[in-house]
Amino acid sequence: MTPLNGCLLVSALLFSIGLGGALTRRSAILVLVGIELMLNAANLNFIAFWRYGPHPEALTGVLFVTFSIAIAAAEAAVGLALIQAVYRHAKTTDVNQLDTMKG
Amino acid sequence: MTAPFVILAVVTIGGAVAAMTLRKLVHCALALAVCFVGLAGLYLDLNAQFVGLVQVLVYVGAVVILIVFAILLTRHDELPAQTNRTRVAGLGVSAVVFALLAWAVTAGGAQMGAAVAAPEAAMKDIGGALMQKYVLPLEVVGLLLTAALIGAVVIAMEEKKKAR
Repeated sequence: MTPLNGCLLVSALLFSIGLGGALTRRSAILVLVGIELMLNAANLNFIAFWRYGPHPEALTGVLFVTFSIAIAAAEAAVGLALIQAVYRHAKTTDVNQLDTMKG
Repeated sequence: MTAPFVILAVVTIGGAVAAMTLRKLVHCALALAVCFVGLAGLYLDLNAQFVGLVQVLVYVGAVVILIVFAILLTRHDELPAQTNRTRVAGLGVSAVVFALLAWAVTAGGAQMGAAVAAPEAAMKDIGGALMQKYVLPLEVVGLLLTAALIGAVVIAMEEKKKAR
């Protein structure tokens, strides 16, 4: 197995763990944590392809990941603020009970 | 596949599994910090020093702390576990996704990733690229972060009951 494949497998595993957590946990905060894990798996892929790809001197992977981290931080801040607002309104963070829009 | 890579990968995956399976939310947040530190180590192992340090600063330093604060500000009566049907469905979906990704990784792309000389990513080059080629995206990210800052404060602010 080449080093690139090792990185990609670790990243795929990380993504699946995040996805499984986001789908099965009941706390809204942990759903957000699962989404963060999936974003980080994508970042690991970018860095792995930059490291083992053909044109590392262009720095594309590093810069893309830098921007991606900045956007993920903004997303986490807004997401947690939304969870706070929903908690104040519904007095719970259980995603199973937040079903007022259910048809 | 060197020894540092294997160790860091085990730390990362272990942290992620703990973050998604532990029952107490604060333990999950701490396990998430471990996972992010392992990822930063992986970035350093892949010669991306700048990204590794940014990962520690932004994720371990800011995002995990933010999550801990969100946990502290909300009340948690031990949520019962998800119903069995939902759990089986969720785990099934994630297992299928992993199987598909692992198959794609091992079946294709084998010609890439032979041992390449470690690339150099000097801070000077990154700074130059950010200030010249990528200056517009940098400004847009600055705008986005400002908007997210203001938006997060506005959303989380206590609603005044009939001000005035």
